[in-house]
Amino acid sequence: MNGADWAQLLLYHLSLSLLAVGGAITLAPDLHRKLVSEQGWLSEAQFNQSMALAQAAPGPNVLFVAMMGWNVGFQSAGADAAAWLATLLGAAGALVCLLGVMTPSSILTLVATRWCQKHRERLTVQALRQGLAPIVVGLLLATSWLLGRSGGQAAQDGRLWLLTLVCAILVWRTRLHMLWLLAAGAMLGIMGWV
Amino acid sequence: MKAPAAPTPAHLGELFWAFSWLSLQGFGGVLAVVHRELVEKRGWLTPEGFLEDWAIAQVMPGPNVCNLALMFGDRHFGWRGAITALAGLLALPLLLLLSLGALMGQLPDQAAVAGGLRGMGAVAAGLIAGSALKLLLGLRQHALGFPLVLLLASAAFAGVVWLHLALHLIVLGLGGLACGLTWWLLRRRVAQ
Repeated sequence: MNGADWAQLLLYHLSLSLLAVGGAITLAPDLHRKLVSEQGWLSEAQFNQSMALAQAAPGPNVLFVAMMGWNVGFQSAGADAAAWLATLLGAAGALVCLLGVMTPSSILTLVATRWCQKHRERLTVQALRQGLAPIVVGLLLATSWLLGRSGGQAAQDGRLWLLTLVCAILVWRTRLHMLWLLAAGAMLGIMGWV
Repeated sequence: MKAPAAPTPAHLGELFWAFSWLSLQGFGGVLAVVHRELVEKRGWLTPEGFLEDWAIAQVMPGPNVCNLALMFGDRHFGWRGAITALAGLLALPLLLLLSLGALMGQLPDQAAVAGGLRGMGAVAAGLIAGSALKLLLGLRQHALGFPLVLLLASAAFAGVVWLHLALHLIVLGLGGLACGLTWWLLRRRVAQ
């Protein structure tokens, strides 16, 4: 990756920021399109690992963006680069992506909430919030689809989909803590059952 | 006797650690923890205030919980508070996550690690789908009517999964259409 690539990485995340309605997770399909399909900065496996790791670790979901930035930067050092250089580039990638995706939306949020407290145009705000809701749900389902489809051998795919389906139903119908489900998924994977 | 004043964060340090602490507890999304910590434990927000803030945090682009932190910090300490609360939310979990990511490559049994991550990926897909289903069913009273909601959600899904459209197109195009339509229906309802 050269300087222009880094600039593109930053600009892309800046442009994505204001589109993250309904949570950062809805950005995942577009990040996949850009980083994996278009630029080839990440492999399919790295993309899915970043998502899974960020979901498993504590903190806001948006951190998966930093995780991908880390992988993009780390990779850009090349296979035989010194460890400290790769780590430095990884950290730079994480910061570039996270700052890019957070800055515009944060500024807009601050300006808008201050403005909203003065003027209350209820109808417009309601229309914006309610109108986007169906789109957000569609994007969430698309994210889930992309994650679930994560590849692997055909024999395992059926069982992976089954696991996804069971988890979806458990989250929908019960109040089981999500941590238990993630732990169970990790165990099943380590034992080689899925 | 005066009613006791509602507790508020005393200084920026307290704000930072409060958000760090709740963030580190939040596996698979921080929202539930925000509610428990800020409303139930610390009393920094009333339940009603939490719902109002959450609604606004949801309308605005950007991660919902981050928006909530920004708004909360801004209310108490201005822009310095906003940055402090957001930094608290992100800094320590980010360090933890990157350390985990760096360790991944060095674990001895790569097959087991890959298997574990594959399993967690499938679960994560299920967690998101389950939340999406809950949200979808919550839209039955939507101003657009449920059939139209289903149609719009399916269109967004198909646009991403099969047509590989850029998010910009979907949010601005399809989202703009949905918002315009909702606004028109809401206005007509008010006028009646």
